Amino acid sequence: MTLAAFSDLTVTRNGCPVVDHVSLTVAPGECIGLIGPNGAGKTTLMRAALGLQPARGHSSLADLPAPDRARAAAWMPQSREIAWPVTVETLIALGRIPHLPRGARPQPADQAAIDAAIARMGLDSYRHRTATQLSGGEQARVLIARALAQDTPLLMADEPIAGLDPANQIATMQVFADLAAEGRSVIVSLHDLGLAARHCTRLLLLDRGRLAADGPPGSVLSAENVERVFGVSAFYEQTALGPVFQPMQVTR
Amino acid sequence: MRLALGLSALVVVLFIGSLISGYSQVPPWRALGALFADDGTPVTIVMREIRLPRALLAVMVGASLGLSGAALQGYLRNPLAEPGLIGVSGAAALGAVLAIQTGLSLSFALALPLAALGMAVLAVLLILALAGPRGASITLILAGIAISALASALTSLVLNLSPNPFAAADIVFWMMGSLADRSFAHVWLALPFMAIGWALLASVGRGLNALTLGEDAAQAMGINLRALRLRLILGTAACVGAATAVAGAIGFVGLVVPHLLRPLVGARPSALLWASALGGAAMVLAADIAVRELLPDRDLKLGVLMALVGAPLFLHLIYKTRKEMA
Repeated sequence: MTLAAFSDLTVTRNGCPVVDHVSLTVAPGECIGLIGPNGAGKTTLMRAALGLQPARGHSSLADLPAPDRARAAAWMPQSREIAWPVTVETLIALGRIPHLPRGARPQPADQAAIDAAIARMGLDSYRHRTATQLSGGEQARVLIARALAQDTPLLMADEPIAGLDPANQIATMQVFADLAAEGRSVIVSLHDLGLAARHCTRLLLLDRGRLAADGPPGSVLSAENVERVFGVSAFYEQTALGPVFQPMQVTR
Repeated sequence: MRLALGLSALVVVLFIGSLISGYSQVPPWRALGALFADDGTPVTIVMREIRLPRALLAVMVGASLGLSGAALQGYLRNPLAEPGLIGVSGAAALGAVLAIQTGLSLSFALALPLAALGMAVLAVLLILALAGPRGASITLILAGIAISALASALTSLVLNLSPNPFAAADIVFWMMGSLADRSFAHVWLALPFMAIGWALLASVGRGLNALTLGEDAAQAMGINLRALRLRLILGTAACVGAATAVAGAIGFVGLVVPHLLRPLVGARPSALLWASALGGAAMVLAADIAVRELLPDRDLKLGVLMALVGAPLFLHLIYKTRKEMA
């Protein structure tokens, strides 16, 4: 069984392939980390997979009618926009839009999903705060909760933990790992390879638009891959406290 | 809910206030009585054919401007957006100016508003062609600015070359915006367009809520941005085109009313739509009462008063926002 399947996804910009023939399938229960240097095509790949970006190839999500897709996959973009000074709870409730017919009032099930998302992200004390007056990291957590409230089998998030403090970075990755343990799947792009190694069940390594490696963190984060794609050497060991990955030196 | 009741009550009170204010001094109870029962005196004619259409137009124009202002601000996610932004009001004004200049406006009663509406329709087609079916919101702003600039340049050209000083004076006064001396013919001309506009704009609330999170997130939540944009442009154009056609250029309503009401609806774009429609109706009714009560013999123009009140109010709002930002 697969939640989503992408084959030969290709996006070209000015004749240059930004995403180059990427194929993969997503099974339930996977916490997938999407890694790669700046400009490797991580954002474009996720947008193309969702059908937000015209692409060649095939994406099972992009093929769905928009309302169905919105109930199949949630998307947290990298730009953390909150246009109006609404309360945190109102903002998170926006995640229920795909489940509500036009003009319908939220049902108890919607409120339950909103409350669950708030609880997962530890935002209970923020409920009635004005979202635009929160700090950048707090806003990011609210927006993650918004995507969680959409309550979809697949969650895709573009650098959700950038700008969060260490405790919240770990807590957020743990939320994603928990979702995977519950049978949902998460695709999350991130630059912190240490957190990726610890919390993801599978890593996708993108290099100039191509899928350079796909598999469990231990095999993807090989010294050879890391050196070739990122241009750094790294310390990577299985310890009693779990895997530890630390980039050490620039090698080029 | 309390806000809805409060605003509705305010509109009703101001509507009655508008009915009982005017040039002929008739006791309020007699004026309202004459509206419902024909008492055979000229009071009934004044009430039914002058004051009632004027009050109705104030409600319609105010609601249209408030609603389209709230919708545009929601779509562009910018509190500085106003209905004139997409260039339709400028184009409608150009149509009216051409009708006055060519003498067409004297040929039959509705020639002027019809010319204004025609030009507004033309502007919408131009915007749709310029901004394209799938452009970003920024292209819509740029297209609107370009059309506004073109319309205002052509309006200036007409004034510049006008051989007839009376026509020029007529044009200048018309452009100030007013609801004086309007009839039910104006109501019936504007109503179908405005009703279509209201229906279109009432349907965008859900999409505007989703846009709080940006275009990408909204699209991923199943919102069809293309359809949303089309409904928004057509709805705003129908509302603003019809409003400008019957009342001239009345600024600030669409800008200030959503601003004032946003904190009262918890900043939710969908709730701001109906609130701004009611608030806009109340504001135009109040201003139209004021122009008759402040200077009864001087024909103070509605648009002038609105700008006089609206600009300082807007300054105050900016000052308040600035303090919150700091």
